[in-house]
Amino acid sequence: MRYSARRSLDRVFKYVFKVTGLLVLLLLGAILAMLIYNSVAFFVDVRPLDFITGLEWNPTGDNPKYGILPLVLSTTLVTVGAMLIAIPLGIGTAAFIAEYARPGLKNILKPTVEMLAAIPSVVIGFLGIVVVGPGIAHAADLANGLNALNGAILLAIMALPTIITVAEDAIHAVPKTYKEASYGVGATKWQTLRKIVIPAAAPGIIAAVMLGVGRAIGETMTVLMATGNASLLPTGMFASVKTMTATIAIEMGEVPYQTTHYFALYAIATVLFIMTLAANMLGEYFINRFRKYHAA
Amino acid sequence: MASILSTDSENIMQPKNKLSSILEWGTLVGSTILVCFFLLVILWEIFSKGSSVITWEFIRSLPTEGMTKGGILTPIIGTVMLTLLTALFSIPFGVCCAIYLNEYAESNWLTRLIRASIRNLSGVPSIIYGLFGLALFVQGLQLGTSLLAAGLTLGLLSLPYIITTTEEALLRIPNSTREAALAVGATKFETIKDIVLPSSMSGILTGVVLTLSRAAGETAPILFTGAAFYINQTSVSVNQEFMALPYHLYMLSTQHQSIDEVRPIAYGTALVLVIVVFLMNLTAFYIRYTYRQHEK
Amino acid sequence: MKNKLSAENLRISFGTKDVLKDINVSFREHEITALIGPSGCGKSTLLRSFNRMHDLSADAKITGTIKLDDTDIYGNDMHATEIRKRIGMVFQKANPFAKSIYENITYGLKINNLPHSKDIVEKALREAFLWEEVKDDLKMPATRLSGGQQQRLCIARAVALRPEVILMDEPCSALDPVSTLKIEELISSLKDRYTIVIVTHNMQQAQRIADKTIFMYLGEVKEEGPTTSLFEDPKHELTSNYINGQFG
Repeated sequence: MRYSARRSLDRVFKYVFKVTGLLVLLLLGAILAMLIYNSVAFFVDVRPLDFITGLEWNPTGDNPKYGILPLVLSTTLVTVGAMLIAIPLGIGTAAFIAEYARPGLKNILKPTVEMLAAIPSVVIGFLGIVVVGPGIAHAADLANGLNALNGAILLAIMALPTIITVAEDAIHAVPKTYKEASYGVGATKWQTLRKIVIPAAAPGIIAAVMLGVGRAIGETMTVLMATGNASLLPTGMFASVKTMTATIAIEMGEVPYQTTHYFALYAIATVLFIMTLAANMLGEYFINRFRKYHAA
Repeated sequence: MASILSTDSENIMQPKNKLSSILEWGTLVGSTILVCFFLLVILWEIFSKGSSVITWEFIRSLPTEGMTKGGILTPIIGTVMLTLLTALFSIPFGVCCAIYLNEYAESNWLTRLIRASIRNLSGVPSIIYGLFGLALFVQGLQLGTSLLAAGLTLGLLSLPYIITTTEEALLRIPNSTREAALAVGATKFETIKDIVLPSSMSGILTGVVLTLSRAAGETAPILFTGAAFYINQTSVSVNQEFMALPYHLYMLSTQHQSIDEVRPIAYGTALVLVIVVFLMNLTAFYIRYTYRQHEK
Repeated sequence: MKNKLSAENLRISFGTKDVLKDINVSFREHEITALIGPSGCGKSTLLRSFNRMHDLSADAKITGTIKLDDTDIYGNDMHATEIRKRIGMVFQKANPFAKSIYENITYGLKINNLPHSKDIVEKALREAFLWEEVKDDLKMPATRLSGGQQQRLCIARAVALRPEVILMDEPCSALDPVSTLKIEELISSLKDRYTIVIVTHNMQQAQRIADKTIFMYLGEVKEEGPTTSLFEDPKHELTSNYINGQFG
């Protein structure tokens, strides 16, 4: 190739690469614009206060109601339930892998966690219908087991790989000298883990939990398949609930284009976006704090 | 049990009494066993009930009689085509963006903004990508609910993961390798094309295959962008709706009018989906493993 | 002999840090010149400015002129790739491409549109004292060679382009003594055809191979002269302290 041709190619590709970088910005901008535009269209018809504080979600009734509260509470209930299961299990497993397991066992446990992460959410949701649901129904003597508890168990399984991986990194990164100092004053391994290692890794573990929360809030298929989808204010873990993601998934297929109901689903998506963004940013904040703390 | 634990645990673990030692142990080992148990239950349920359904006939025949009989050839073809389209959109775009960030971008506010956007995009719930695909590709660009619209949507969803994994692969190439190429008179573009990319190919491929395995199992983003309940032919066209394995499983287990009758087919579909995803993950690990061997 | 390469009033800074302050040096054709001095004195920075390796760092600021024969290598109509074809470089750590031995030699020839026959590859490898060791394994990945062989391959890669000047940045610092001697012998054999500038930390090496030596300190040239006289009769106290190992 001639020299000038090589140089122009070099310059052309420099711009091609840069444009792709800028397109990523554009992508996020376009998603935000879509959410804002459609939400604004929704708030022309419905007062924001009615949306945020409304206790009833019934967009198809004669007198449509667009209260997001039941949906937010459903998402919160299922997510909190999931975290009550996943946080102790995740931290326990992470601590075991990082501190107790020998390399050979580690080489089995880590791929196990990765395999769990690889299972598609729709398969987990299916398991919720065929295994967890009947199990709950049998144990609690209910007509069916499609309820908040089912969703929480499934979301816990989905969030576990994230929590285990990030928390294990954090525990693993605690300097050896901390532990040696603790052993030096006669502490047992368990005491060292509880009093020294886990507090030192705390920001990393909080980050793990926040990323797990982000994952759980945004998850669609499992909750859609396993929670029963009754859009009422949730009354407890055995109640059927309809999360924000499930509401969008169910109703978007049925609404006419550009109606109030259609815009309402984008307004839900906006709230969902803000909630996951907050969880992920908190997670990122704690990861950075952990890195800074251990780099110093 | 002691043989699989790291040596220092044996020397240092001297708890005050036997009971507390058992409790302490129970917590960590118990949570680890429970996590492994989750995976085993999932795999056992799917494999034990799905394997009897899977025959050569099941794989290669079309769904018949309202999908209560026949096989799953149509959703298999749909998922393969969808994943190929996803790869076609996300790989060039993602790799170019990673090249920009790692090879060209200066450390300034614009670069930081792009990186923040990528982190942000990877946390956006998949259902929101589905809404975005609906608004932009299906309605905005008038592609209709189609294979193309769904492929583009999944392409965008995969983009942040491709960028991140590619950048990690590029980061592992030492600067001296780039200097070697520049020193024999290569332009920057030639250095990237001829030296940097081939050297990081295995790392990039590992990330690409893992990302695509995730995309192949996604359901939420294709719900309203092109996945169809039933299609009576195997010929695919990018401007038509398609069947896909994850959507097929969702549909058979929640939407079909005779759910109990199609349950075996649902198990078969779940098993095929899990096998497809695991095979892709194994491929990724194989690429990473051979690359590490090559490094030695 | 005439001057092949020279720098006039060369100043280089990275951000607010001045690394080279008003450098005036010249290198004669078919001579080996050694750049010595303590770590951080700017000798590598000077070397890398000769084939425009600083073009990659956005915060590098370069003033003054560097001339190859009568061409200003930072002139407006000059391009880094063209300069690098004429001024080759060998780095501190051997950095062969992750390609075969054969392709390592032909890569630079191919992109520069030069003939790249087997004869040319053989000639370059012979010049780098490597041919006999690799002639049966030309398709083997270069990364499987030993450290010393890899460095000789990098020298072969540089000479294949028939450059006028070869810059070497501590080419033996990562090698064992036997490989080092072999490369020194190789460098000495190259001076009939090329002008060589070598940065080294090793006083004995400078004395063994260099015709001329330049001593640098804190971004300035403190002393320069024929190698023998600089080592036997240093004019500057710093030079004498440095070559006697009082600091480094």
